[in-house]
Amino acid sequence: MAAPETHGATEAHGVFPPFDPQYFGSQLFWLVVSFGLLYLVLSRFLLPRLGQILEERRDKIADDLDEAGRLNEEAKAAATAYENALADARAKAHTIAADAKAKIDAEIAEETGKVEAEMDAKHEEAESRIREAKAEALAHVQEIAGSATSAIVEKLIGKAPTDAEAQKAVKAASRG
Amino acid sequence: MAKDPTHQFQIQTIGEPILVGPLDLTFTNSSLFMVLASAAIILLLMVSTSRRALVPGRMQSMAEISYEFVADMIRSTAGSDGLRFFPFVFTLFGFILMANMLGMFPYFFTTTAQIVVTSALALLVFFIVIGYGVFKNGFGFLRVFVPSGVPIYILPFVVLIEVISFISRPVSHSVRLFANMLAGHILLKVFAGFVASMAGIGLVGVLGASLPLFMTVALTALEFLVAFLQAYVFAILTCIYLNDALHPGH
Repeated sequence: MAAPETHGATEAHGVFPPFDPQYFGSQLFWLVVSFGLLYLVLSRFLLPRLGQILEERRDKIADDLDEAGRLNEEAKAAATAYENALADARAKAHTIAADAKAKIDAEIAEETGKVEAEMDAKHEEAESRIREAKAEALAHVQEIAGSATSAIVEKLIGKAPTDAEAQKAVKAASRG
Repeated sequence: MAKDPTHQFQIQTIGEPILVGPLDLTFTNSSLFMVLASAAIILLLMVSTSRRALVPGRMQSMAEISYEFVADMIRSTAGSDGLRFFPFVFTLFGFILMANMLGMFPYFFTTTAQIVVTSALALLVFFIVIGYGVFKNGFGFLRVFVPSGVPIYILPFVVLIEVISFISRPVSHSVRLFANMLAGHILLKVFAGFVASMAGIGLVGVLGASLPLFMTVALTALEFLVAFLQAYVFAILTCIYLNDALHPGH
């Protein structure tokens, strides 16, 4: 401690320094000044500022959490919309495929029907031609048989029968 | 003279005497360190909160931690309505902590080792508790002396004890801080004095001096703990007493 001789007077009291009342008044006064000033500056200025900083941080964190929650909801909604769109598209694709199949089936059936009808018609025509040819051939057979009969009869009896007679005989023979 | 362990508590005047009527308000080393403690707190908080950073730096973190520390201390002992006393408790805690810590510097004066200072602070708390308790509860404040659930035939006795303990609060409140700081500093001074006097008697003394030197180092660490702890104890007792003013029924 510097210059102890300057306060020899206070030590002369011979009391334990903290209990020496000589400077109690001075200490109380300066305590009131320093403590009071500290209280004023802290309560009016510094502590509200510190509290505001903490408040702002809390608000910011709360806001950010809210924002994150909102974005999360949005993302979920977008995912749902995407799922729905996908399901719609899938359903549409199914109907398009089914439609196309039905149309093609119908076309195939129509074509097949047409071809079959044509074939039937040709078949019919061919058959009728065969029938005609057969009938014609049969008709010619009688005629030939008649002329052959008259020729044979002429050879046998030297006299040719009339066509009518020959035909009559052929008919009778072919029937018999 | 230098080895007198109580010399460090000696008031020394600084500058001219200031006499206001019969009062001697001379600026002293005690005054200097009270003003220094306040100035240091104001400066620290002003610098640390000046940037108002969303993500705090080291200094701002310290300020914020002490803010939350005191706020939690009040909330846990006096409830949320005790926060109206937050600036007062923060000032008290900060002032005592800073005064204690400044006292840990060699050659610095420890204002909290002055009984008049600690008594003044304890009486301030005492009268704030009574003043606010009566202002808020009126005669209901007297319930602070009547614990609930006490059988009627021993109630007068219990009330007497409660009154005595209430009145003796400022004494224990102030003497606890004063005595802790005083005893710690005297102890440090005594052990440090041993080092010097033992080292002065020759080679054996120099070797022997290592013992009190070790003790001095250990005590210094302990004193830092005590410096913080006593500020904390003073503040938390203040909160508990304020709780009586806020909620007088036990």
